[in-house]
Amino acid sequence: MTDTTDTRSHMPLGLAQRGYTGVIQHLAAKQAGSALSDVELESRLIELGFVEGARVEILHEGLVGRDPIAVRVDNITIAVRRREAMAIIVA
Amino acid sequence: MELPLLHLALVGTPNSGKTSLFNALTGSRQKVANYPGVTVERKEGFFVTPMGRQVSVVDLPGTYSLRGRSPDEEITRDFVLGKATGETVPDLVLCVADSTNLRLTIRLLLELKRTGRPMILVLNMFDIASRRGITVDVERLAKELGVPVVTSIAVRKGGTADLLALTDEISAKLATEPQENSWRALSVSELRATQREADRIIADCVSLPASPDTWTARIDAVVLHPVGGLIVLTLILFVMFQAVFAWAQPAMELLKSGFDALGELVQATLPEGLLQSFLQNGVISGVGSVIVFLPQIILIFLFILLLEDFGYMARAAFLMDRIMGGAGLHGRAFIPLLSSFACAIPGIMATRVIDNKRDRLTTILIAPLMTCSARIPVYTLIISAFIPAKDVWGFINLQGLVMFGLYATGIVSALAVSFVIKFFMIRDYTPAPFMLELPDYKMPRLKSIAIGIYTRAKMFLQRAGTTIFSMMVLIWFLASFPQPPAGSTEPAIDFSLAAMIGKALAPLLAPVGFNWQIAVALIPGMAAREVAVAALGTVYAIEGGKEAAEQIGQVLATKWSLATALSMLAWYIFAPQCASTLAVIRRETGSWGWMGVTFTYMLVLAYAASLLTYNVAVALGAG
Repeated sequence: MTDTTDTRSHMPLGLAQRGYTGVIQHLAAKQAGSALSDVELESRLIELGFVEGARVEILHEGLVGRDPIAVRVDNITIAVRRREAMAIIVA
Repeated sequence: MELPLLHLALVGTPNSGKTSLFNALTGSRQKVANYPGVTVERKEGFFVTPMGRQVSVVDLPGTYSLRGRSPDEEITRDFVLGKATGETVPDLVLCVADSTNLRLTIRLLLELKRTGRPMILVLNMFDIASRRGITVDVERLAKELGVPVVTSIAVRKGGTADLLALTDEISAKLATEPQENSWRALSVSELRATQREADRIIADCVSLPASPDTWTARIDAVVLHPVGGLIVLTLILFVMFQAVFAWAQPAMELLKSGFDALGELVQATLPEGLLQSFLQNGVISGVGSVIVFLPQIILIFLFILLLEDFGYMARAAFLMDRIMGGAGLHGRAFIPLLSSFACAIPGIMATRVIDNKRDRLTTILIAPLMTCSARIPVYTLIISAFIPAKDVWGFINLQGLVMFGLYATGIVSALAVSFVIKFFMIRDYTPAPFMLELPDYKMPRLKSIAIGIYTRAKMFLQRAGTTIFSMMVLIWFLASFPQPPAGSTEPAIDFSLAAMIGKALAPLLAPVGFNWQIAVALIPGMAAREVAVAALGTVYAIEGGKEAAEQIGQVLATKWSLATALSMLAWYIFAPQCASTLAVIRRETGSWGWMGVTFTYMLVLAYAASLLTYNVAVALGAG
């Protein structure tokens, strides 16, 4: 992306802690190790609003392994497992 | 001139308020069936527009796109495209959006537009959006999208007036020539481009306040707390089961005394003989003993529908995902399994939200272990006959506690079975993803809940009126014929066909403490679990005469040992006694094999559990 003002390094949303806020840079379905095919995972993420430029915030975490996570994506909340969230690259 | 029926279809993302709009439009004029060949629920309703046009409206399964990645979503796609078997192409598609959350629906609408169907965008829950400070330039939105846009408040009286007026206006000038369909499955880049386009349109037409719904955030802070959330979930389930057992009592007793009075009336007015016996023992005490459980069934559906409408169900799935994952279950299985507490049939059908085949199969196999409402009559009868109604630790009703224990055993066994399935069938597999929208909380609306409960109660009563009634007639017949020889002193039932069947099965069931009367009752219980109660009533009524018919519970308390009663409870946690559930499993898995597996494993568990319970109880002196 052309986001030159951002000094933070890119990271997968799947590694972020509760309270993290950031902006989606791109989707990298290959990195997720999901049971879904890359195309399918990417399609579903887009359908739930995970597109480049969307603001994300981790609102809640589950008890076991702090998984799944509840992510605010612009103005809706989506529950997703960390495994799939690895495909969402944020900064 | 009478205009032909206008066909509408409701399309929208999950949580868009589609169903409350459907309820607002049609009220109780609804017909629930299945699409041919699949078990996707087909909800159709009817209404008349202000201008007198007869309208049929179909509430299609919620979807985020037309890709059709599950049987439900395929139905929505095929229906809109006019490819669904035996369905009329909709004249007009109503695309329903939650006004507080337009992004995903606008993208879906841009995709829907390619199908060429005439369409209206319905901005539902517009009141909530206004209250949150969201403003929508409706005219501009309509211009940008090239689709008429109308606002609605499904839950308020008159909240759909604009929609009805627009429907009239559009239907009057609907083109009759077929429209161009340029839809095909979108590639990832097209999908992304469509979402960009949707976001651009929203940026132009909608102004969003900076702050999200504060109530949802506050509630979630507690309800989704890693530890607090689980405590809340446990409390909700506990209250639910205490309520089903304790709060329903007064209404149940009222119904019961009503049926008793009716039975006495029949006894008083009719001469003694076959007709009196048929009406009193077969019809009134048989069907009555099942209808008595209506209050409990209404309560359990009340809880499920309230939690669903409030938006809690998705939270429960979130909380349970990893915990259920430990037992090899998907978080999405939580909702089907919770529905199975009402009835395994809708529960098994609801597994269609799980798109991974293995996860879905596991959920189907264990769903019948969730304590369905049909078991409540059996549990209630035995618990009230054998467990004293005293309080323990000052505030917990012992009977309620036993009930809770039975539910808990069902759940624990389900998790154990799932774990075994995971261990033996599904090695080295990557768990299917869990992706679920957590909608903002909404105040449940009385009307929607009432319609939901009404539909379920009607289904239960229809079952009581048909399946259960015919089974009761059969049982009465088996228990009454052949008639005892004149002058015999033994109970009439000892000479009947039922006694012969029961006694033939009795040796098989003796090790678990069941007598031949129970064996007789278990046979019709195959049609529906709750029938066993009525069957016991009939068997003991004919055996013991009139007094016995009035108090099945008291009769059981004198005829059964505590060990037998406990064994019966254990049996009912597992017993695969529901022909309709087995039929649904066959249909959903498309295989007789899986149905056979379910039947066998449950029967084995039931026998083993009863055997264990009975022998332990006898050893402890309860025999």
